[in-house]
Amino acid sequence: MIDLSVNFAGVRFKNFVTVASGTFGFGREYSEYFDLSRLGGICVKGLTVQPRDGNPPVRIAETPGGILNSVGLQNPGVDAFIKTELPFLRGYDTRIIANISGNTPAEYALMAKKLSDAGIDIIEVNVSCPNVKAGGIAFGTDPCLAAEVTRAVKTVSEVPVMIKLSPNVTDIVSIARACEDAGADALSLINTLLGMRIDPRTGRPVLKNITGGLSGPAIFPIALRMVWQVCSAVSVPVMGMGGVSDTEGALEMLWAGASLVSAGTALFKDPLAAVSIVEGAETFFRENNMKGPCDIRGKLKLYD
Amino acid sequence: MKSGSVFCEVEECSGLAENVFSIWLKADREILAAAQPGRFLHILCPEGSLLRRPISICQTQGDMLRLVFEVKGEGTRWLSRRRRGDSLDILGPLGSGFDLSGGPLLLAGGGIGAAPLLFCAQMKRCDAVLGFASGQKAVLLSEFASACDGAEFSSDDGSLGRRAYVTELLEERLRSGGYKGVLACGPEPMLRIAAGLCRDYSVPLQVSLEQRMGCGVGACLVCSCRIVKDNREGYARVCRDGPVFRASEVVWDD
Repeated sequence: MIDLSVNFAGVRFKNFVTVASGTFGFGREYSEYFDLSRLGGICVKGLTVQPRDGNPPVRIAETPGGILNSVGLQNPGVDAFIKTELPFLRGYDTRIIANISGNTPAEYALMAKKLSDAGIDIIEVNVSCPNVKAGGIAFGTDPCLAAEVTRAVKTVSEVPVMIKLSPNVTDIVSIARACEDAGADALSLINTLLGMRIDPRTGRPVLKNITGGLSGPAIFPIALRMVWQVCSAVSVPVMGMGGVSDTEGALEMLWAGASLVSAGTALFKDPLAAVSIVEGAETFFRENNMKGPCDIRGKLKLYD
Repeated sequence: MKSGSVFCEVEECSGLAENVFSIWLKADREILAAAQPGRFLHILCPEGSLLRRPISICQTQGDMLRLVFEVKGEGTRWLSRRRRGDSLDILGPLGSGFDLSGGPLLLAGGGIGAAPLLFCAQMKRCDAVLGFASGQKAVLLSEFASACDGAEFSSDDGSLGRRAYVTELLEERLRSGGYKGVLACGPEPMLRIAAGLCRDYSVPLQVSLEQRMGCGVGACLVCSCRIVKDNREGYARVCRDGPVFRASEVVWDD
């Protein structure tokens, strides 16, 4: 009997496959293509205290094996999410992970309190947005700031807190450790890698925002390396993501130590990509006489 | 539940004009039932591209569906090299279509924007004005000539029809009056001018907008356009809220 379920920071997931924030909206669109209850969990579109319009288009550029996006946190705000989107998502038997972005630790705490009170399963803290107070430095690029945000959210949240780490740093392990020390219940990584494209004929940046976040298969090896490094250094569970587009990629993330695995950009090619990973993993474990993810998680076979 | 992506067999792929191609696909009943003028297919173009390419449906005939598209990059180039018997990985039809209610209606197309308008003409008798850069780049002329009562063509260089922009033809038609609606597809500058004209003549205009697209189903929020609805300005999703919008709701870039 295959068991794909995972206990993640005290929350039981029916399987280890989730969908990444920003690629799945609030689930309504993809619910037309498959039963959302087939997913282990859903990381919803990033939320802010106030509604946000997002960046002007063009917001997407294609790159070899990847895409750059600069949506700019377009969202209806945390209150509208709780009122109009969460009840819809609660109609499905899957874990709901709320992704939050703030300008100050106080904003993060405000949102975390509301979402915790609303009964969200896990709060995912996006520390990649710039800290206005510290002069625009992203919280996630400084261990002290990342720890400060972690503490602010942990103080008010009754549900597990997961910090989503930025790969745009010199040493992701030091940030991961700082978050763990500050009380984070889990970590998710990686967020997108900062990149840009220029139209060679006109000299104009393709994205109106000039730079954007790179996602897709192109970043998978980087994501896998960082997941492995972080899993080797911390004891809290990790949700691995970044260019995971098939069962093989998801299994690699498990070997590297991830407890949950997220697919994102892969959905743009195939709306059923995450469901296919669930099915593919079932087949893999059955064919290899394994019980499930627990048989390979973090069991990377290093060379002597 | 909608089905995910499906494979459709190519019946014919041919060049119509410089960089413009036509593909006839064998489509299943579900796709044909959902095909409407203005809606698009989101097509996987594997070589070198991760994202699907949104291509408007040009017409249907029996169990076949036609796409007419311009080669703009690697993805569409790959698409233009398909041959009879190849299959295409397709998501859709997606998006909102043109509202063909009321009439008489006038179709206004610029360049490759003519393609989805032919589907309108197939569904309902309309008039049409179409403009192309030149006679070499003109497509679907005979189709429009037989599907429309009064199809008029122009070109920027005078090598086809009158030497005029299609918006000039549009204004003449609006001035002569009688139209209850205009449906337009083409480059954004053309649509912006058309929006101004139709506002001046108080004729409702629907426009099919284009934007670089991601998921195609409305989840990723990258294909935005600026819209005013219920007195509130914000971004709408071209793939899901559009690609067809009421021009009176669109906020045009300067």
